[in-house]
Amino acid sequence: MQPIDPQKWLRNKARISPYEIAFWIAALIIPYAFFPNYLALASQIAATAIFCIALDLIIGYAGIISLGHAAFFGLGAYAAGILSQKGWGEPISGALFGAIFAGFCGWIVSFMIVRVQHLALLMITLGLGFLLVELANTLDWLTGGSDGLLGIDTWNLFGVFKFTFWGYTAYGYTLGAAFLVFLLCRRLVNSPFGLALETIRENPQRTTALGVPNRARLQKVFTISAAIAGLAGAILAQTTETVSLDSLGFQRSADIAVMLILGGTGRLYGAILGSIIFLVARDQLSGMNPQYWYFWIGLLLMIVVLFMPRGILGGLEKIKSKLSTKPNQKVDGA
Amino acid sequence: MSQILAVLFDGFAYGMLLFLLSVGLSVTLGLMNFINLAHGAFAMIGGYVTFALVSLAGWPFLATLPFAFLITAIIAAGFEVLLFRRIYQSGELNQVLFTIGFVFSMSAVAAYLFGTVNQSVKMPEFLTGFIELAGVKLPSYRIFLAAIALVVTIIVVAGLEYTRFGAMVRASVDNQKVARGLGLNVSKIFALTFAIGSGLAGLGGALSIEILSLDPSFGFHILVLVLIVVAVGGLGSVWGSFVAAACLGIFDVMGKYLFPELGSFLIYLFMVVLLFYKPLGLFGKR
Repeated sequence: MQPIDPQKWLRNKARISPYEIAFWIAALIIPYAFFPNYLALASQIAATAIFCIALDLIIGYAGIISLGHAAFFGLGAYAAGILSQKGWGEPISGALFGAIFAGFCGWIVSFMIVRVQHLALLMITLGLGFLLVELANTLDWLTGGSDGLLGIDTWNLFGVFKFTFWGYTAYGYTLGAAFLVFLLCRRLVNSPFGLALETIRENPQRTTALGVPNRARLQKVFTISAAIAGLAGAILAQTTETVSLDSLGFQRSADIAVMLILGGTGRLYGAILGSIIFLVARDQLSGMNPQYWYFWIGLLLMIVVLFMPRGILGGLEKIKSKLSTKPNQKVDGA
Repeated sequence: MSQILAVLFDGFAYGMLLFLLSVGLSVTLGLMNFINLAHGAFAMIGGYVTFALVSLAGWPFLATLPFAFLITAIIAAGFEVLLFRRIYQSGELNQVLFTIGFVFSMSAVAAYLFGTVNQSVKMPEFLTGFIELAGVKLPSYRIFLAAIALVVTIIVVAGLEYTRFGAMVRASVDNQKVARGLGLNVSKIFALTFAIGSGLAGLGGALSIEILSLDPSFGFHILVLVLIVVAVGGLGSVWGSFVAAACLGIFDVMGKYLFPELGSFLIYLFMVVLLFYKPLGLFGKR
C-alpha cells in the first residue's frame, strides 16, 4: 500500500466537482429568470443559508452543539441595523461591521463554551440566547424593544444598485455574500484546521495526545461561526430594513437547527439544501394555519432523525454508495 | 414585613409548581441520560386531560388529578415503545431535535383538538380563597401546591431509594449490560421509568392550569424553566431539583417584584454563571 501524501489527500478532497459549478450557476440564474416574483424569498433563503453554514461549522464539523446561535445572528442584525439607523447605510461595510461585532461577542463567549459539555453546554447556549432577548427587550431606547428596530436605510450597493421592494439587488447582494462565505468555509473545512476540528469531534482525548490544542481550535471555529452568523443577520437586516426581537430568539435557533439536520450536517451543502427546502415549504404552506405547519415540521424532524440521521444529503449518499458497492461485494463473495 | 413574607411564599409556591413540572424530567433526563425536551408536551397532555374532564365531562377538579397522571403515563409509555427508545443511543443533537419535533407535533394536535385559546378550569371553593397564617394572607391554592409538591418529593425519593423497583432503575441506569446480565428487563424498566416521569409531568401540567395558562404552546413555555431547574439542581438528584425549583421560584417572583424592568434576565444570568462554574449543577453526581 502506498503511503498517503496528506497535502495531496486534502487537495483531492477539496477538488471542485462539476455539480457544484452547476449548482451555483443555477442559484444565480433560476430565481432571476424564472421566479422574479420570489426574489425577496430567494434572498431570505440565501441569508438563511449563510447562517446555516455557520451553524454547520460548529455542529457538523466541530461537534459543539449550540441551541442559541441565533444570538449571534441577532447581534449582527442589530449592529448593522443600528449603524444604518445612526446614519451610515453603506451595505458592505455595514455587513462587515455586523460580522465583526458578532464575531467579537462570539470570541468572548467561546471562552465559556469550550469549557463545558453535554447538558451544561446546551443550557448555557440556550440561556445566553434568552439572556440576550431579555437584554434587547430592556434596552428599548437602542433596539426599539418589542416594536423592532425601525428607520434602517440601506444605501445603494456600490453606489449604483438600489435596494427595491422587488429584491433584484437584494438577491444579488445576498447570493454574492453566500457564495463568498461558502468558498471561505469550503477552504476552511478542507484545510488541516478543518481536519483537526473533525478529529476533536470524534475523539478529543486522542487529539490531546497528538498535541492538538483542542480549546484553541474550538474557540477559533466558534468565533468564525459567530462572525458568519452575524454577517447573515446583518445582511438580512439590510435587505429587509427591519430587525425584530425574534431574530435573537430560540425559535430562530431551533428553525436553523432543523434546517441543518434536514439537509445533513458536516457537508456545507446540507446546510444550503436544508434552508432551501424549509423556507420554500414554509412559503408554499403559509396559507395553512401555522400550528398545523409545525405538525408537519415536527413529523418530518422525527422521521429524519429516525431514518436519515445524517440528513437528506447523507441519505442520498448512502443510497448512492450502496448502489455502487453492490457489484464489488458480489465479486468478493464469489 | 407581611408583604415580603407573602411574596416569598408566592415565590416558593411557584417554585413548587416548577418542581412538580420538572421532577419527572429529573428522572428521565437525570437518570436515563435522555435529553427529553418532549417533557413539556407531556405536561401539556396532562393539562388537557384535566381540562377535558372538568370542563367537558363535568368532573370535580381534584378527581381528575390521578387521571392526569395515569393517562399521560399511558400515552407516554406508548410513545416510548414506539419512538423514544429508538433514540436513547443517538447523539445529543438528534435527541434534542427529535424531542423538539415531538413537541411541535403535539402542540399542533392540541391546537386541532382544543383550539388555540387559553383554557381554564373551575376550581373547588376551598382552593380559591385565602387562608390567614400568622397574620399573613396566603392563597389557599398555593398552599395546596406546596403540600402536593412535598408529598410527591417524598414518594419519588423513597421510591427510588428504598423500593425494589427503584433499585432496579438505578442498576439499569448505572450499568445496562450488567443489569441485563443479572436478568433485569432493562427496556421494560426504562419504559416504566419514562412513563412515571412523564405522568408526573402530566400531574404538574394539570396543577399549573390555574397559575400558568394552558394553551397549545404550553410545552414550550415551561420547557426552558424545567430545563433550568434540572440543570441547576443537578442531574439525577431529586433533592437538587427541589432546591433549585424553590430558589428559582423565589428568585423569579422576588426579581419581578424588586426589579420589574429586568424581567427574567437575572435568572438566565444566574443559570449561565452557575453552570459555567458547576457544569453538573448544585447537587449533580455524574
